[in-house]
Amino acid sequence: MLDETADNLSELTSGEESRRQFLTKLGLGACAVTGLGAALTVADFLEPKVLFEPPTSFRAGTIADFPEGTVRFNQEQKVYIVGGAAGIFAMSAVCTHLGCITRPMSGEPGIACPCHGSKFDLEGNVTHGPAPHPLPWLEVKADAAGNLTVDTSVVIPHGKALKA
Amino acid sequence: MSSLTLSTLTAWVRNSAVYRSIIRHGVADTNRNRSLVIFENLFLHVHPVKVREKTLKFTHTFWLGGITMVATFVLFATGILLMFYYHPSVPQAYRDMKELMFVVDNGVFYRNMHRWAAHLMVLGAMLHMLRVFYHRAYRPPRQFNWVVGVVLLLITLLLSYTGYLLPWDQLAFWGVSVGTNMAKEAPLIGKPLRFLLLGGNIVSENALLRFYVLHCVVLPAVLMLFISVHIWRIRKDGGVQGPPEKDPGEEVEP
Repeated sequence: MLDETADNLSELTSGEESRRQFLTKLGLGACAVTGLGAALTVADFLEPKVLFEPPTSFRAGTIADFPEGTVRFNQEQKVYIVGGAAGIFAMSAVCTHLGCITRPMSGEPGIACPCHGSKFDLEGNVTHGPAPHPLPWLEVKADAAGNLTVDTSVVIPHGKALKA
Repeated sequence: MSSLTLSTLTAWVRNSAVYRSIIRHGVADTNRNRSLVIFENLFLHVHPVKVREKTLKFTHTFWLGGITMVATFVLFATGILLMFYYHPSVPQAYRDMKELMFVVDNGVFYRNMHRWAAHLMVLGAMLHMLRVFYHRAYRPPRQFNWVVGVVLLLITLLLSYTGYLLPWDQLAFWGVSVGTNMAKEAPLIGKPLRFLLLGGNIVSENALLRFYVLHCVVLPAVLMLFISVHIWRIRKDGGVQGPPEKDPGEEVEP
């Protein structure tokens, strides 16, 4: 068997390959294709197709619910809805330091993070570290009847409050 | 041309410091190096370095142990994938099963693969034992490995049974109700055994969690342990034994 192969090899002109070499490549190639296919179907499987998370867009009462000076904390959505001097705006309650949930301070107007002591004013600006950035503002829209919708997936620049 | 680049690439990898730190022997081109491939590999060293050519023939063993082993590998792989979507709680378990069936890409494929491989494993193990029995391969020096094999069959059946409850559908619920009521009939230990197995008196959330831990952790771990011993003992007992050879000296057995 081995001798036969050796004989065949000696008869091959350069650039040709023996039956054994060809079949080895064919076999390894088939294994590679199968492995690649399995890896792709597994990757496809692992990507979740339905998320059981709260929707990013939610109703938040009407314009009349937020006169100047109101701060409402929506715990489920982790969002503050504030009636400011310039109008109504929504702001993320997730601390920009390491992602803890901030809450309004009880004694003075302002927001504080319980994890590392970051403090923010009611517009989200950092008044005390270690938070590196202000709390981002989120999109608020009102329909003709004044019903508010907040979308936590859309970040808007600071200062763009919804005019009442 | 391509074979030239492939062989230079192979040579480059084989000569690299990283490769040589992992695999210390050369190419498997001599008897010594072929032996070292087996000796120096944790996963291969439970196998014999050399086997008789006739033992590789299909009709020698019908590859039944190997088929069962491959089914086991498939079950580990697909089982781990299914665990990514499964919560062992009521009623989430049933919803997760439905999600795998109707939402997750390839979910039906992997769930069915797990199911069919499980059937193949049970069938393969039984046929393997029949083959061993009829080939008289349970006899000394292989009597201990036969016992290990019996334990492996029991673990296989227990794995099948504990997996049965996990979809938390009607079939699962009543299957386990009936099965654990059978266990209750065992003398003396029956009732406490059922209580411990279910974590209560009825098939409830506790039972689901217990069966889940048994199915996904305890039994697979014990299975791997006994499979390792089983394979290693094949080498220690002188390789697989196929059909007994005709020896004119000692002919008729009663």
